[in-house]
Amino acid sequence: MIPATPELLKTADGRPLREALVAAQARSKRKAFLLVLPLLVFVLLTFLIPIGYMLKRSVEHDGFSKSSPTLTAWFHANPEFDHMNPPEGAFAALVTDLAQMQADKNTGMAGTRINYTVPGSISLFKKGAREAGDMQPPFKEAMLKLDPAWGDPALWYGMESAASKWTTDFYQVAADRKLTATGWERGDDKQRIYLYLFFKTFLVSGIITLICMVLAFPVAHLLAVLPMSKSSLLMILVLLPFWTSLLVRTTAWIALLQEQGIVNDALVALGVVSNENRLSMMYNMTGTIVAMTHVLLPFMILPLYSVMRVIPPSYARAARSLGATSWTTFRRIYLPQTLPGIAAGSLLVFILAVGYYITPALVGGAEGQLISNLISFHMNKSNWSLAAALAAMLLAAILLLYWIYDRLVGIDRLKLG
Amino acid sequence: MALPTYASPLERIWHYAYLVICTLIFIFLIAPILLVVPLSFNAEPYFSFTEKMLSFDPQGYSLRWYDTLLTLGHPSPDTPRDSAWWALVWERATWVQAAKNSFWVGLWATVLATVLGTTAALGLSRREMPYRGLIMAILVSPMIVPIIIIAVGMSFFYAQACVPPDSVFAPLVGPFLSEKGCLANSHLGVIVAHAVLGIPFVIITVTATLSGFDQSLIRAAHSLGANPRTTFFKVVMPLILPGVISGALFAFVTSFDEVVAVLFIAGPDQQTIPRQMFNGIREAISPAILAVATILVIVSVALLATVELLRRRSERLRGITPH
Repeated sequence: MIPATPELLKTADGRPLREALVAAQARSKRKAFLLVLPLLVFVLLTFLIPIGYMLKRSVEHDGFSKSSPTLTAWFHANPEFDHMNPPEGAFAALVTDLAQMQADKNTGMAGTRINYTVPGSISLFKKGAREAGDMQPPFKEAMLKLDPAWGDPALWYGMESAASKWTTDFYQVAADRKLTATGWERGDDKQRIYLYLFFKTFLVSGIITLICMVLAFPVAHLLAVLPMSKSSLLMILVLLPFWTSLLVRTTAWIALLQEQGIVNDALVALGVVSNENRLSMMYNMTGTIVAMTHVLLPFMILPLYSVMRVIPPSYARAARSLGATSWTTFRRIYLPQTLPGIAAGSLLVFILAVGYYITPALVGGAEGQLISNLISFHMNKSNWSLAAALAAMLLAAILLLYWIYDRLVGIDRLKLG
Repeated sequence: MALPTYASPLERIWHYAYLVICTLIFIFLIAPILLVVPLSFNAEPYFSFTEKMLSFDPQGYSLRWYDTLLTLGHPSPDTPRDSAWWALVWERATWVQAAKNSFWVGLWATVLATVLGTTAALGLSRREMPYRGLIMAILVSPMIVPIIIIAVGMSFFYAQACVPPDSVFAPLVGPFLSEKGCLANSHLGVIVAHAVLGIPFVIITVTATLSGFDQSLIRAAHSLGANPRTTFFKVVMPLILPGVISGALFAFVTSFDEVVAVLFIAGPDQQTIPRQMFNGIREAISPAILAVATILVIVSVALLATVELLRRRSERLRGITPH
């Protein structure tokens, strides 16, 4: 006998069970998503779009293209011109634009745009614009007579690139590359300010992470092994700095570490250093490192503590009973079990340190500045596109670290206190 | 932590050395904060202890820097301190204005972050939530992305995010925006920026509370005839409230301590305490900063105590006994 086709399972109202289940799941999915939606929209409008806007600014600058329509058109018509020796037509277009700039009083805008890639262009453009109105052909000869810098192939590369509103020039500058007679090239090692500062920021963050790790480990361990009643009292000592205003803590370090500060006063009183040779621990890299370590230490202690608290002490006891020394027990049994906490804390501290702004700005002096401070500096100088390019590079680094953190630790495991 | 009985002499020495090391680290953590308090009573305009202070001479101490907080920006600081004088303090004193701004901005940012954050956390902790990991990563990112990047992006965007005075929406949103009708230089801009920065804290604390939440309680409430609203307010809310409140406190503290976004997007009308302190530290560093710092330390002690009490209450409610 052929068995009858199995009857479909149905719900009470006669719909197939599978269909009803899928519909119910879709409904609850939608419900869950609707709860998150308002916040997503809010974050999109106030956080993601501004950051997207910043990224756009890093590749957009119309300072030159807007004020030089004739030259822009010429560049479009002659994509293959010789940068070493631009023809008369290019100079004619340039003179037309310069004369117009002088009339519109926006020479500075164009000059500033070119100045990012070819230093010294602002004054060159101002001088050129002043004379352009009275110039007679041949323009090439006249311009080169005015200033031989107008024949610089790097300048022509710079102007050709700036003729478009969209540009990667700011990333080239932020990567310390220089415009030369043959186009973009790796800059002189001595002038690699931006990459050097990125490197310095990462190095300092690494040092701070390491110091935090060394300081946090014993404290987290003590908190983890003490009975709860005692450890929650000591925990307050960790959480109070966490809750105290960053500016208060930075102020406190200024009071402690400055030349006439408490630490130096104490050292002089104890006779460790003489009054003339007070240590300079503030307004330099030392100040930045000490103050940032203090600020970030709780971010290392807390994840480490939450991992250490659940490590069963019986493993260590078993190791001891099997003849391991206390050092071996620590190294082979205890330490490996704390690794998740170390990874979580270190990544968090490192990520936060890389983007630090306030503490270096207040206690770092000239030497202790990090990449954030440079971004702020360029913002204040109205070098918006360059600031945006630097910020975008920092953002890329942070997102990479964030991704690693998510992979290794998981964002869900992020805990506060 | 007791030493095991089998500890060797070397281990004993190490054990005590370890305790000393821990003590030193705790001193490193806490001493700088506590030192601020006595320093703020300095009678001299120094940032360090004077000899008179060290010998506990009452003349070495004074309240003059606290007085400065009231008189800075006061149009007639030396007139008798009657009710009119105090009214002027309330209306004109620089630090009092900064405190008022900080408080209002913090309050609204907290309300915004808490309401939106708690709702989202409720959705995120449902098992059916699609793209949970990605959405969580986006919502927590304001805490991870360096504040300078956020500030730069906002300063570009908020200067463009304008409602022209002649638009139909102007009467609706105009009063909250700057004179030009933009988010930049407006209270709303600062509030919104601070709310975004506070959201990760609300999300993290509330999802943490919800992770220990017994979902069958909701089904029980439903089966007993409660509608979703009653279930939420009578069953869910009381249980997650400690998490919500500590998230809200985190959000408030974040706003109350935030300076970089304010420096980039706020105008002269949005002077807040951190901004005033930041400028004070950068320009002329006076012990008045220490007086403010002391007040802030007291505030943070109070907040910490609140959060601790809430945490204990939450653990008790959820049946987690401290071990």
